Amino acid sequence: MSVDQATVRRIARLARIRISDNEVPKLEGELNRILDWIELLNEVDTANVEPMTSVVSMQMRTREDEVTDGGYPDRVTANAPQSDDNFYMVPKVVE
Amino acid sequence: MSDLTRLTIAEARAALDNKDCSAVELADAYIAAMEAHRDLNAYIVETPEKARDMAKASDARIAAGKAGPLEGIPLGIKDLFATEGVHTQACSHILDGFKPPYESTVTANLWRDGAVMLGKLNMDEFAMGSSNETSYYGPVKNPWKAKGDNKDLVPGGSSGGSAAAVAARLCAGATATDTGGSIRQPAAFTGTVGIKPTYGRCSRWGIVAFASSLDQAGPIARDVRDCAILLKSMASVDPKDTTSVDIEVPDYAASIGKSVKGMKIGVPAEYRVDGMPADIEALWHKGIAWLKDAGAEVVDISLPHTKYALPAYYIVAPAEASSNLARYDGVRYGLRVPGDDIISMYENTRAEGFGPEVRRRIMIGTYVLSAGYYDAYYVKAQKVRTLIKRDFETVFADGVDAILTPATPSAAFGVADQDMASDPVKMYLNDIFTVTVNMAGLPGLAVPAGLDGKGLPLGLQLIGKPFDEATLFRLAHVIEQNAGRFSPDA
Repeated sequence: MSVDQATVRRIARLARIRISDNEVPKLEGELNRILDWIELLNEVDTANVEPMTSVVSMQMRTREDEVTDGGYPDRVTANAPQSDDNFYMVPKVVE
Repeated sequence: MSDLTRLTIAEARAALDNKDCSAVELADAYIAAMEAHRDLNAYIVETPEKARDMAKASDARIAAGKAGPLEGIPLGIKDLFATEGVHTQACSHILDGFKPPYESTVTANLWRDGAVMLGKLNMDEFAMGSSNETSYYGPVKNPWKAKGDNKDLVPGGSSGGSAAAVAARLCAGATATDTGGSIRQPAAFTGTVGIKPTYGRCSRWGIVAFASSLDQAGPIARDVRDCAILLKSMASVDPKDTTSVDIEVPDYAASIGKSVKGMKIGVPAEYRVDGMPADIEALWHKGIAWLKDAGAEVVDISLPHTKYALPAYYIVAPAEASSNLARYDGVRYGLRVPGDDIISMYENTRAEGFGPEVRRRIMIGTYVLSAGYYDAYYVKAQKVRTLIKRDFETVFADGVDAILTPATPSAAFGVADQDMASDPVKMYLNDIFTVTVNMAGLPGLAVPAGLDGKGLPLGLQLIGKPFDEATLFRLAHVIEQNAGRFSPDA
């Protein structure tokens, strides 16, 4: 499988990364180089193989559903590029 | 004492306990070394005041007879670990100005045991790279140079700052992380010892996530014993990471020096790759001979799916990265680049904030997870991963105790190498011997074993059974005893 320039633009849009027109051919080449190489996996017969879900066999630990942390919104929002009164500020989303 | 930075961690601990030097003197020696070697670009942030304050507290605890196992030992911390109130940016522009209000579990464990923080270490952006050249803060120089050649070499990556700082004695030891080889390849390139423990041995909490099913923290140190001492403190079960494992952390250093007689060491045929330098092949044979001389039995083994590990990794790791890095959107932390609306703000922020390699991997990950391709790529890769793990399980079930391989397919290469820059896959091939271990969740240790014809260090890798790091330290010590230790200014 390989990607064309329209697909490169679509992937960038899905990934929320702006790309300029002159970057598209270069990215097309690089992504196809990687995807061509990955094709090697088609040699492997995986017909009756389960996909890995956890590398170490373990029972997922659970805990009581209770509040164990929090109560400091000022610390949570301290690193925000823009915040006001402990809220994150973003450009207007709804007209 | 003359040069305190020449002491290993074990020696420095003894010197502190015997009052041969104080923790403040030891910290000052490293602060001076760090400042004198800024040309290496190993540290991106130095925290000398914090180091002196922590060292003072260590001296007080030593005087009170309450010294911890790492009391007064100055360490460098990879920029991937959250350190409370201190620059933590995964060496990315997108985390501009981020100072976490919390501490990672691994670093908290080190401070609990008395260690002293010298600063944050350079790395490939978001740990994506094998040369430390994708860092927003620029490349790190390897303290090693080829004989008669003044060209700057890379220290490997992604933990390039950690490895360079340890080799150049700008810290007594360093934290690092390994998703596909990011501890072992830089350790091999700098003549240092690094271990990627079993998945689940160290908590991932507070470590900036790259590929969550593969990421593990581990130490880089100047010898095998120091590496064992550091891992003992770093490892723990942690309620904040449900994949951390509740198995007691053994005293790894205690296993060093124990006989390896009768141990069965596997040598996999598939790691003999085309174009491997003769020096590496020769060193591998030396390693086999050293372990045989120590009484181990060496057997040929086969790990048939080895060559599929790297391409499968380049599906799994970018897929997980594209999900993990979705959080960098210019809203909650770091860089924000304005746009006409919220979507263009996201797109502008991520275009400017991520470097080319990170953008490339996010796009590969987005593609392989997108509708219609998920089964062909992601599910296929996870099936191949099952087969890779089964290869290892089979040889361990046959009685093999550990596996010996080369650590890297070459010695350190030049900064701005044209071959690597022109083809991303060439750079990826650096991890050909290390990535299988992450795919199977096993522990892997890189130990220096000799120098090549140009005088550059080369390493061997030992791969162990899950949670059997102790055996790796035991075997690595045999190699170290035979090979000696290597320093760039020896």
